[in-house]
Amino acid sequence: MKKFLTCLILIGFVMAAAGVVYAQQAKEATSSSAQVSQASSAGGALAAREGKAGYPLAGGASLPEGATRVPVGSDSAPAAREGKAPTASLPEGATRVPVGSDSAPAAREGKAPTASLPEGATRVPVIDTGDTAWVLVATALVLLMTPGLAFFYGGMVGRKNVLGILMQCFTILCIVSIQWVLFGYSLSFAPGKGFWGGLSWAGLTGVGFTPYQDYAATIPHQLFMAFQMMFAVITPALIIGAFAERMKFSAFIIFMVLWATFVYDPVCHWVWGVGGWLKDLGALDFAGGTVVHINAGIAALMTAIFMGKRKGATNKAILPHNLPFTILGTALLWFGWFGFNAGSSLGANGLAVNAFVVTNTAAAAAGLTWTLIDWIFNDKPTMLGTATGAVAGLVAITPAAGFVSALSAIIIGMLVSIFCYMAVALLKPKFGYDDALDVFGVHCVGGIWGALATGLFASRAVNPAGGDGLFFGNPKQFFIQAVAVGVTVAYSFLASYIIYRVVNLVVKVRVQEKDEIMGLDLTQHHENAYTIME
Amino acid sequence: MKLIIAIIKPDRLEAVKQELYKADVNLITVNEVLGHGRQMGITEVYRGVKEMGNLLRKVRLEIAVNEDFAEPTIQAIIKGAQTGETGDGKIFVLDLAECIRIRTEERGGVAIG
Repeated sequence: MKKFLTCLILIGFVMAAAGVVYAQQAKEATSSSAQVSQASSAGGALAAREGKAGYPLAGGASLPEGATRVPVGSDSAPAAREGKAPTASLPEGATRVPVGSDSAPAAREGKAPTASLPEGATRVPVIDTGDTAWVLVATALVLLMTPGLAFFYGGMVGRKNVLGILMQCFTILCIVSIQWVLFGYSLSFAPGKGFWGGLSWAGLTGVGFTPYQDYAATIPHQLFMAFQMMFAVITPALIIGAFAERMKFSAFIIFMVLWATFVYDPVCHWVWGVGGWLKDLGALDFAGGTVVHINAGIAALMTAIFMGKRKGATNKAILPHNLPFTILGTALLWFGWFGFNAGSSLGANGLAVNAFVVTNTAAAAAGLTWTLIDWIFNDKPTMLGTATGAVAGLVAITPAAGFVSALSAIIIGMLVSIFCYMAVALLKPKFGYDDALDVFGVHCVGGIWGALATGLFASRAVNPAGGDGLFFGNPKQFFIQAVAVGVTVAYSFLASYIIYRVVNLVVKVRVQEKDEIMGLDLTQHHENAYTIME
Repeated sequence: MKLIIAIIKPDRLEAVKQELYKADVNLITVNEVLGHGRQMGITEVYRGVKEMGNLLRKVRLEIAVNEDFAEPTIQAIIKGAQTGETGDGKIFVLDLAECIRIRTEERGGVAIG
């Protein structure tokens, strides 16, 4: 009876949310066209937009004659930056400029509408202090996700392997930080149409403090580099969960250096780099659904399949040794994810707020849905289930964060828990791979759903620089998203497999059986996480 | 009545439990203990400071059985815990003077099963 009632509540919840979203869509469809036309017709609005993006116009040709120029975005006019444009100085009839409103296209894409600039106007890249401050903070937030992930994973393994997990996460933080500065950033983001970006920015040559307009027009180029560094760090760290409790540390280091270079960097270039072919195709990935989550998730599946089951996982589940650690890690991940998604707008603007709101909304909807799934199918709502759901929600909203509304985020969040639960509870036992901490089930499946959902729910009303999805009259976007997903899955699986084989030739990837029994903490690191007695 | 105490490797516990169920021995008590026999411990290092030959984690089972169950229990533990390497552990068999079930105050052999 209780189950039946819960079931009813769940279904009711989904239906209500769906109803609201579709009602909202109809409204948005009419208002969004009006918004777009308003934005493109009002020259003054675009001029201010430009100013906000950091290019004060010389001459102010597009302003109505006699209008006092409002120096938007410069330090000397804080009033204008806060949207309090001094109306008194505008002549009557001049359009009031909505600073930082949602109609402003994304600074993220860096595609400031150059066409609207009057001829002869000079563009001077100017650093926006607000944008820079926010992205600095966001960068630190994303950094915190890797230790957060360490605790998320560390709590789920046996207590003889917890240091092994923490150590792997921290080591990746160190390795990729160096790799990124030396050549990783260049391979990923240096402009170029090839397999990856080339070495023109190796060692941060030419990556200085003036903004690089194609990536982020209002923050120092080096800050963009640092922000992206944190993404490059956490992506390989995600894979750790799949081969937990059985990988040799030396093999791990070699695998990760190669993986970061030959899998992460090219895929990152294709999706985000100037000249990247998936970017040119029009694939939308706001904060890393394909680059980060699908990429890591599929590599995780590969390692889980080819490394085989953990000893002791054949006839019995290996129980988490410290769930409060896992919940602590989830909390740090959720917190850091605001930097991950809202920071990906690369500016302190309305788009960042949209990403912030949908991130929180999707995580909440997904966490709640997993709670209900557990309640219905496993008798009781579980803490681990709720935490897993929240992470799945965060994964799914990642590619969509800058393109969808909060109501779409509820649907995306609810469905991701259902898909991920099916992958974890049905698919995994059926095929028998030992994806120890469900990296594939949560990150790859959640990432695929998020990337496809972006093709369904994306709306120009949210972000004019993005695109419309299937539900907003553009089925082509869904197709493009599917291509991006397919390419990432295929390339990452294959390339990871080759790297795995190569590493296995040099160093045996898996630890010896007796070391696995003794635990990685003692055998790989000569340390014990916990004492039984002093 | 016998009290059987066995010290085994932690990762053999599951196998030993399965063997005991097969032998119809369902009531056991398990402790986590530290021990040091012939098997050497692993040297641990903390900020360069070495900790030599530390005690190893072991699992200690306590099983009280009636006479006719003693040998099957011993065989089950051996079957589950034996790997052939040092550190497989030991089995101690003691005479048990009395056994009382607290709920019913039954005594002796009936209280064990």
